[in-house]
Amino acid sequence: MKNYTEFNDRIELTDALIDYTQLTEAIRTHQAGAIILFLGTVREMTQGRQTLCLDYEAYPEMALAKMRELAGETRNQWPVEKLGIIHRLGHLELGEISVAVAVSCPHRKHAFEAGQYLIDRLKEVVPIWKKENWSDGTTAWVHPGSGSPIPLQKGGT
Amino acid sequence: MDFQVKMFARARDLADADSVTVALSGSCTIADLRRALSEQYPALQPVMTNLLIAVDNQYATDEMPIAPQAEIACFPPVSGG
Repeated sequence: MKNYTEFNDRIELTDALIDYTQLTEAIRTHQAGAIILFLGTVREMTQGRQTLCLDYEAYPEMALAKMRELAGETRNQWPVEKLGIIHRLGHLELGEISVAVAVSCPHRKHAFEAGQYLIDRLKEVVPIWKKENWSDGTTAWVHPGSGSPIPLQKGGT
Repeated sequence: MDFQVKMFARARDLADADSVTVALSGSCTIADLRRALSEQYPALQPVMTNLLIAVDNQYATDEMPIAPQAEIACFPPVSGG
């Protein structure tokens, strides 16, 4: 396993707006021919129900540790030049950005695959939770199926 | 032995505390911790099988023993992103 610290990956939790332009600029390098940026945003409709806003909470120490692990897993599987993962916490309105994942690689295929892996795994293992504030006045934590939080890693390339 | 357990999201709401103290006598595995949590904080009992336990920032399985100084957390399946 590569050690993430030697790569200076940008792994953050923040209460502030995510500056995805700055994040994207930070991962540009002359070695990369491809950069992908994924933004997760607050969606209004979920299976017919209307969201007013979301509240995000994290177990910060473990969330950062898991995000760093994911960076290492990703670097083990794809030729990543630079990467960044920023997750926002606290209160988010419709359309606001909750998470940004940015990856630069020499070629686009690897950049897309690495970016997809990072966001998919983040949603499986990083201890962050969202609470729905529905338009009918109710609130509810979103807790997906109770399957194992430790799915097998996908095969590398 | 007493263990501090950090609680998050719905687990914290049900326990009505950011952190709870769990007293374990004898064996100290994650399974023992789950049983003790259910007994000592009955509000958690209905969801205990769905709750995840982490020790020192790693997901823990039921048969794992818990070291005395371990940092323990209890929370539901994650929903970030």
